[in-house]
Amino acid sequence: MSSRRPRPGGNGWLGVAFVAPQVLGVIVLGVVPFIFVIWYSFNEWRPLTGEMEFIGLDNYYRLVADPTFSASIIASLLFSAGVLVLNLVIAISLAVLLNRRMKGITGFRTIFFSPVVVSVVAWSVTWGFLLAPDGGINGALAILGIDGPNWLADPSTALISLVVVQVFKGVGMNMVLFLAALQSVPEEIREAAHLDGAGPWRSFRSITVPMIAPTILLTGILTTIGSLEVFAPVQLLTGGGPGDTTNVLPFFLYRTAFISQQFGYASAIGVVLFAIILALTMLQWTTRRRWVHDEV
Amino acid sequence: MSPKEYFMRATRSRGAAIALTGVLAVSLSACGGGGDSSASGPVDLKMALWSSNEDHLALLQEIGDAYTAEHGDEVASITFEPVTNPDYIAGLTTQIAGGDVPDLAWIPEASGPEFVDAGILHDVRDTLEGVDGYDLDDILPAALEPWQDDDGGVYAYPFSNSPFALYVNQDLLAAAGQPDVTTLVGTPEYTWATITDVAAATNGATGAAGLNVPTFTTTNWSAVTMLGNAWGAAPWSEDGATCEFASPEMVDYLTWYQDQIARGAIPAVSGNAAPAAFASGDVAFSVAQLSQSGSLDDSFEWSFLPLPAGPDGYHPIVGQAGVSVLERSEHQEQAAGFLAYLTNPANAELLSQFFPPPRASLLNVETLSQAAPKLTPEEIQTAIIDVVPEAQVKPQHPVLSQFTDKVRAGLDPVWAGGDVETAVTGICEQISPTLEG
Repeated sequence: MSSRRPRPGGNGWLGVAFVAPQVLGVIVLGVVPFIFVIWYSFNEWRPLTGEMEFIGLDNYYRLVADPTFSASIIASLLFSAGVLVLNLVIAISLAVLLNRRMKGITGFRTIFFSPVVVSVVAWSVTWGFLLAPDGGINGALAILGIDGPNWLADPSTALISLVVVQVFKGVGMNMVLFLAALQSVPEEIREAAHLDGAGPWRSFRSITVPMIAPTILLTGILTTIGSLEVFAPVQLLTGGGPGDTTNVLPFFLYRTAFISQQFGYASAIGVVLFAIILALTMLQWTTRRRWVHDEV
Repeated sequence: MSPKEYFMRATRSRGAAIALTGVLAVSLSACGGGGDSSASGPVDLKMALWSSNEDHLALLQEIGDAYTAEHGDEVASITFEPVTNPDYIAGLTTQIAGGDVPDLAWIPEASGPEFVDAGILHDVRDTLEGVDGYDLDDILPAALEPWQDDDGGVYAYPFSNSPFALYVNQDLLAAAGQPDVTTLVGTPEYTWATITDVAAATNGATGAAGLNVPTFTTTNWSAVTMLGNAWGAAPWSEDGATCEFASPEMVDYLTWYQDQIARGAIPAVSGNAAPAAFASGDVAFSVAQLSQSGSLDDSFEWSFLPLPAGPDGYHPIVGQAGVSVLERSEHQEQAAGFLAYLTNPANAELLSQFFPPPRASLLNVETLSQAAPKLTPEEIQTAIIDVVPEAQVKPQHPVLSQFTDKVRAGLDPVWAGGDVETAVTGICEQISPTLEG
């Protein structure tokens, strides 16, 4: 195999110069801090007193025995699964619906995309009003004669409420990606399937889905990562409650570091969160050959 | 692999390692801070603040400039830096973790005992006592108590000693056809039971919120549990070693609180959202501190009353903020000198135009009228001067931060109407090992 190292005087160095700022940024702001986080996770560190003591794997042993951590893992995985499924299903459905030439279609696409560019704080606060016991959603339900729950205080509805808030915030981005993917599916293939007697559902399942599978893979990975890193809606809407039902890992990490002042223990949570995200991403990546069209 | 290829790979790896080491070294030196380590000459002091109010900053800077003019050989400059993070302690912690340690800091009462216990704050008793005319004994003992240790050390000056009171929207009560509760103050009828009766009736008649605590969120649960003292309820024993959440008094109080939610006297808790502000005009009664009065205007008629009595009588409460010298400051001596100046009787009077003072000599209508110009002299007398000397600071605990989230999770079912005894028993099971230390 030939070496790809850039040759002095060639265009390779120009390429290196272009990517260098990005690579340097990733190293300084990503890799180096993460190395520090790993180091901190082996220490008991209280920054306000300046005390740092090496304690080996004690923070990790403590995590294993901490029931709040177990609850936090469950909350994170349930939240992530909910967001992943709901987001992709709605995004693909919207993309299919909006993938047609008709008057005003751009307006509909803009409406569904607009939450992506709204501040997450403003979005969460607005949903807080909607989900309040006497808020807009229960008001609408009352017109139908339904006594709505206290969405954010009821353990059976708090997590799903957060999932909905998160999904509608980000579904527009995935919708746009799926729209682009759908528009790259050759019309001739669909027409050929139609001539062979395939109905719309069969055509979608056997032609469209395999052709947009790379986009499903991409959006699946990005949505999984984003959902496991959720923080602001939890902070603003539920505070991790009721109980620990919405105490997802990033929120648990934040409270441990900045409220309990246990930076070492919080760093261990951060390392585990990284490992979970990495594992789920690798799982999706390594299984892509089985279900993604054209993957080798 | 040929020797040449091996060499190429090795040098590439080594180059990467050297580059990474260089980046680490730069980062470490950056993390290490680099405060002024000079041993002689005047120093630059820095104070971290929760408030970013321009008037507060201007007054502090004026006092700071006066100090540097008098003590230029010790202190060259004093800067006052608001910590803009929404969670002040989180912001301060991040700043300090990054190596930027202020010399003095505004410390909220919730962190007071914990910071004293953890050795984060510097003992300034000797400095304060050594200043002529400082008169440490003028500071109300109950106000100073959370900032002292068992050896008599003093770790902060509680510059804001603000009583909790009951704000009443008179217009809403009138619209609901309810009686004027201000006439009940000082009589046996002035109780939580009476107030919540009026609150429920006002809610029923107008749809407005009855009674709320604007600072209450599920993560700030102590804003509500503190009111249990009128039932004789406390979250833990005086020495902090025993959980008291499951005491009959606390069960009674929380059950009463649930009942008030159920009948509409108190709004239902919705996630971690804070209740409506009294200033919105859509709340009949609100439990808040004196400083809230600054945000009120003449858009509706309101009154400022002492907290009502409960089954265990009347128990006034104050919330505090202190100013401290940090143990990690490189200029403790100079910072303590400025703290003594900032909080001497003359400057304490200046500060009292914004913050209710902890000094007995300043507890008079004339001084307090500056901090709360919208209150009547009668309101200042009955809801502040008469109550502050006896008031207890909100219950705090030296390791509160380690178990506050367990209490939050345990109390969530209570706010949602769940079984109180089961909830509070669970809380004590969860936090007792931490309390027992």
